[in-house]
Amino acid sequence: MASELETFSVDINGFSSRVWKKGVGPPLGFLAGFGGLPRWIPFLDVLARERTVIVPSLPGFPGGARGHTVLDSHLDWVLAVRHLLQKAGLDGADLAGSSVGASFAAETTAIWPGSVRRLVLIAPWGLFDEKEPMTDPWAQRAPEVPALLCADPERWNQLKAEPEGANSPEWPIEQTRANEAAARAFWPLGNTRLEKRLPLIAAPTLLIWGAEDRIMPRSYADRFAAAIAGEARITTIAGAGHLAELDKPDEIASAILRWIKEGS
Amino acid sequence: MKLMWFHLMPYTELPDDFREKHPSVWVDIHSSLFDPRRAHHMYNDFMDELEFAAECGFDAVCVNEHHSNGYGLMPSPNLIASALARRTSDTALCVMGNSLALYNPPTRVAEEFAMIDVISGGRLIAGFPVGTPMDTCFAFGQNPSTLRDRYYEAHDLVLRAWTETNTFAFNGRFNQQRYVNIWPRPVQKPHPPIWIPGGGSIETWRWCAEMDHVYAYLSYFGYQAGQATMDGFWAEMDRLGKDRNPYRAGFLQFVGIAESREEAYRLYREPAEYFYGRCLHVDPRFANAPGYTSEATQRAGVVGQVAQVARMRRFDTLAREMDAIVEKGYVIIGSPDEVAAQLREVAVNLNVGHLMMLLQFGNMGKELAKYNTKLFAEKVMPQLTDLFSEWEDRWWPQPMDRDARASLTPFQPAAMAAE
Repeated sequence: MASELETFSVDINGFSSRVWKKGVGPPLGFLAGFGGLPRWIPFLDVLARERTVIVPSLPGFPGGARGHTVLDSHLDWVLAVRHLLQKAGLDGADLAGSSVGASFAAETTAIWPGSVRRLVLIAPWGLFDEKEPMTDPWAQRAPEVPALLCADPERWNQLKAEPEGANSPEWPIEQTRANEAAARAFWPLGNTRLEKRLPLIAAPTLLIWGAEDRIMPRSYADRFAAAIAGEARITTIAGAGHLAELDKPDEIASAILRWIKEGS
Repeated sequence: MKLMWFHLMPYTELPDDFREKHPSVWVDIHSSLFDPRRAHHMYNDFMDELEFAAECGFDAVCVNEHHSNGYGLMPSPNLIASALARRTSDTALCVMGNSLALYNPPTRVAEEFAMIDVISGGRLIAGFPVGTPMDTCFAFGQNPSTLRDRYYEAHDLVLRAWTETNTFAFNGRFNQQRYVNIWPRPVQKPHPPIWIPGGGSIETWRWCAEMDHVYAYLSYFGYQAGQATMDGFWAEMDRLGKDRNPYRAGFLQFVGIAESREEAYRLYREPAEYFYGRCLHVDPRFANAPGYTSEATQRAGVVGQVAQVARMRRFDTLAREMDAIVEKGYVIIGSPDEVAAQLREVAVNLNVGHLMMLLQFGNMGKELAKYNTKLFAEKVMPQLTDLFSEWEDRWWPQPMDRDARASLTPFQPAAMAAE
């Protein structure tokens, strides 16, 4: 029986970050992808059936206040994420991340060995291949964004739709802020030279790619898998786009749960 | 008042079907559209026009910075300004300006501006724009989230580099330099006047007031659209307890003059339609970058110029045909008397002491640009110069005395010199 959703906040560099907690069993962290999570998504419910899922907001993401504005270097970023995971109660736990969040999940696993038990990366950012460049997620006409991020554009629209009756300038500002936070860490190419640190990842790692990812080319999965020192497996999910957990919540959650159970 | 002659240096041969065949005049405009041999003539024509404007008696000639841009061929306006320093004598040189955050270290800007100030004997106006998202974030790859903080820090660094007498260490958030000590030092003391081209953000207005810099609103949409912005600026100056000295502000206006309004309509129609039809054709995906616009400005609902064009396009309100261009006041046309009367009204209504005139625009050729310039200088200028004489322009260059300045050597082509 899953517990009720609990929301609390932790302080990172003087800025509050929202943490969601729900479910039963050992903790499983999730770091959201591009755009963050302005609202709870069904994917997290599936995870919460078997694990205590803990979802901290990255600085600048919805729920993460303006914490990105004091992060000036990549070292600032990875330290902020490390503290966020510790304060959320995820030190040593299983960790999954998507897109932007996956990139930081990979960083912390590489730099602090033992801080993550088993790792799941859904289409992580951080590499750049000139022959097959990552799509520019920022220089896009607004109507084209949903279909770039999800196989089913409606999934993105549902995530980002302003709650009825909210009617506040704060909602769109919060969504822009999430894009800015990602830009602050990844502008202009998405390349943080994470490739140099992948050989430090000893934790068993599952790489999940949406077969219809229009942001990160599928070839990047092979580069991640080849560079990671620990066991690395790739699974491709049909009918899913870049934010695969929005398109196919059941399939992605099942793949994650299977992977972390393999190590139990 | 001050009447200044502004050049954007547009590429004048974009094809007729540019808007249909090409997504953007900016950032990813295709290299096949650029013919360097044709551009050779464009640059030389444009520099002739700037020199001609100086000869005609304009108070200043103005140049600006754009990157990867089909209507702005000056990635480095400093190159043009330094050439103008050698071909003009008393005219102020307004570089409007250098996007500070693009230069690493920003002391490069302090050095180059000091060079222009020294070569010209103290005639430089130093403009410091943040730069558009197209120029800074996309063409130059700067991070939109740190751009403004970098800009403000670079501004402080340049000011210190100009004014501190001893070598100093700069320990900034984004810039660290152990030995800051620029050579040459500017002629103007404590430093050349600083002008800030900006949009309509309250933060920029407040900062200009606090720093005592000129605020220049460089809109392509004329005095009607500019009224609200300038009203906002003056309301903010009132709130801050600053005087209404019109020389605190600058404003850009397109103008086309002929013997009659009908003649002006006929002469300037093509270049105006070229500018509003082709030069403002910017792909909306480059109109903004996340973090470029501050959250306070987002809350105030202020949008940048290209984002504004994107909106106008969506609602089909951007004027591209001459009737609407004139009706909306993007371009003021008429006989010299009509234009003088209208500009006087614009200057008074906007309370702007520095009017920057765009007398070459779009694909206008040199002969027409010179005709427009000459008519302005001979017949419009005399009707306007008395305006605001009760105010002191504290933001105008203070050059060395004419007697103390180098005399310019007349140019002699090598072949002639050999004869």
